[in-house]
Amino acid sequence: MSRFQVVSGKGGTGKTTVAAALALALATEGKRTLLVEVEGRQGIAQLFETEALPYEERKIAVAPGGGEVYALAIDPELALLDYLQMFYKLGGAGRALKKLGAIDFATTVAPGLRDVLLTGKACEAVRRKDKRGQFVYDHVVMDAPPTGRITRFLNVNDEVAGLAKIGPIHNQAQAVMRVLKSPETAVHLVTLLEEMPVQETADGIAELRAARLPVGRIVVNMVRPAILDEADLLLAREAPRTAIAKSLSAAGLGGARRGGLAERLVDPLLAQADEYAERYTLESEQRAVLQDLDLDLHELPLLAEGMDLGGLYHLAKELRQQGIS
Amino acid sequence: MSQDPARAHDPAQAHDPARALTSAPVLDVDPLIDDPETRIVVCCGSGGVGKTTTAAALGLRAAERGRKVVVLTIDPARRLAQSMGIDALDNTPRRVKGVDDSADGELHAMMLDMKRTFDEVVEAHADRERAATILSNPFYQSLSAGFAGTQEYMAMEKLGQLRARGEWDLIVVDTPPSRSALDFLDAPKRLGSFLDGKLIRLLTAPAKLGGRAGMKFLNVGMSMMTGTLGKLLGGQLLKDVQTFVAAMDTTFGGFRTRADATYKLLQAPGTAFLVVAAPERDALREAAYFVERLAAEDMPLAGLVLNRVHDSGASQLSAERALDAAENLAEARIVDQVDGKAGLRNSPDTHGSSESPATETTAPEAPSPDAGSPAADRTTADGAGTDRTVEQLTAGLLRLHAERMRLLSREQRTRDRFAARHPEVAVAEVAALPGDVHDLAGLRDIGDRLAAGTSPTGAVRGEP
Repeated sequence: MSRFQVVSGKGGTGKTTVAAALALALATEGKRTLLVEVEGRQGIAQLFETEALPYEERKIAVAPGGGEVYALAIDPELALLDYLQMFYKLGGAGRALKKLGAIDFATTVAPGLRDVLLTGKACEAVRRKDKRGQFVYDHVVMDAPPTGRITRFLNVNDEVAGLAKIGPIHNQAQAVMRVLKSPETAVHLVTLLEEMPVQETADGIAELRAARLPVGRIVVNMVRPAILDEADLLLAREAPRTAIAKSLSAAGLGGARRGGLAERLVDPLLAQADEYAERYTLESEQRAVLQDLDLDLHELPLLAEGMDLGGLYHLAKELRQQGIS
Repeated sequence: MSQDPARAHDPAQAHDPARALTSAPVLDVDPLIDDPETRIVVCCGSGGVGKTTTAAALGLRAAERGRKVVVLTIDPARRLAQSMGIDALDNTPRRVKGVDDSADGELHAMMLDMKRTFDEVVEAHADRERAATILSNPFYQSLSAGFAGTQEYMAMEKLGQLRARGEWDLIVVDTPPSRSALDFLDAPKRLGSFLDGKLIRLLTAPAKLGGRAGMKFLNVGMSMMTGTLGKLLGGQLLKDVQTFVAAMDTTFGGFRTRADATYKLLQAPGTAFLVVAAPERDALREAAYFVERLAAEDMPLAGLVLNRVHDSGASQLSAERALDAAENLAEARIVDQVDGKAGLRNSPDTHGSSESPATETTAPEAPSPDAGSPAADRTTADGAGTDRTVEQLTAGLLRLHAERMRLLSREQRTRDRFAARHPEVAVAEVAALPGDVHDLAGLRDIGDRLAAGTSPTGAVRGEP
């Protein structure tokens, strides 16, 4: 399993949730993972029901079996000042740059610098070793930008290395690229069983491959439970309404005669079955498209009660059972 | 992990005694889009909530009600773009065919090409030679090709251009799928302040200030700074930046002026913001955030469009009663005949797919033994229909209904939370469709649902 796991996906597919569940899943058996956020949304804090994360690695969860999950919200401005301090001892100059708007410039509008800083910081955590020469984190999981921007985000270092042809930024960009294009890295894509996210996943994979970035797995999120199968759906189209009304009545839901409580349920219940059938067909088609992409495919259930901390542990367990760690 | 601890964590259930329950005012979109005073509608919200579809549906509806509309989309799904005839990315509004023009309206649509838009700005404001210098500058090429902020800036720039052309009486804008929904408000200012700011003067300083007496001290400081920057960026990049900035600066300094003008346009009385969301926690949290931000910026909010809202025609039957009834049928069945799969799978206390076939599925094509998934290929020639009784079907219908009812209560909770925080915001609910929209008929349907405002009971029971 690669040490640097990048999780992307179309907006609304739950990539933050999947990244967090993956970090938990990988932290079993006394392992330590770092969950990294790069878009300043504080999604991790919300998911783990803690206060907003500072620019500091801090333990936010304990995994079953004694593992630990650390989290870090990378702030590009602070990362840049950090970086200046680390390499150039530019304490005072850093402040002056900030005053002039240079830091703001570098982290918001300068081509790619922001992304270089974000990926750079994550790669630093991936490579970091303790005094005994052991990796500090067994895995680093990144809640990355959405599929539409992921290739550009990861590949920006290449572009920057081309733009800044010499100098420390050039070197830094190249070092980051070496990590990102190695088997140490895997980029996973989160999707739903819907047309647009699946299409975007297929496009995203093609782009990643064209940029020679390592594609990992596909995680289908929020899969609704299968309640009716094709035999049910066939029968739903053919069964006499009166028979269903009688059956509802037998189940204790009122009278089966016309206008009875059970009888009045038949139409709306069958309408829901029709909708289910339509969605079932669409989902089967989308699942087939995903299977054609020839990558490991994982499915996570839709949690009936919505997403919360309990649900997160549940999803982590699912991922472990599906052999993701 | 079972659902019970999860439930205990749910803040909505733990402490939310005073539920507002759909007391939110209803957003009526027709008066908004019919009003000739409404000149710009901005659709904003987090990713994946149907923003582009909402913008397109609103535009179509307004056009068919007699207005001359242009829809500016940022990144439409391919099939939606094709259905509107804007899949060719040429940065020009195209008239959409197939629109009902009996009310004398027109629909035009375009997809933003941000690099092209940036190039156009340069070409419009610089003489040919200088424009060529800028356009071929490597720094400019990177900046314009879509780094943080450029797309947002160019969307607003394009909006300003479309408004200035005065050819349309309504412009509907989709906003970029930013890391934060607020980016498009901030990005123009940031880019503007960079291009007009101190840093620019600093970068161009050696050229401009050299030789002037009295500025000597300043100049020394600046050379030191540019020296530092050169060390960081590499001398050649710094030179590219300087060339770029000098070319930009002398041709059109007024980037900030333009950004300010666009910003003012957004605050103007003819503009209406629609925050788009789905009844999910994250999307509504973003929406609440956006509502607050718009208020702080004096931007006129028309209301919230809540997409993908579910309903049930049998809402009188609760999830619990439906499951109990399904259980009754299953028990009768077990006594009758041991079937071993249909009656017991998806027992209501589990997530249904916790034993999903994806378990251990490394080879995607491996047939799964589990009947619980639609993926499993289990419709053998004689299997379908023959061993299925009406009781089993009814039990399935009831479980399906229980799932729907749980979804409804979850959606209701998230909506109540939003309504409690922002009771003043008018809401238009759009009933969920089973599939994606990719033609004008689908957009028209969304428009109808949008105009209905609240999802009438049973509205989701569309024909299959």
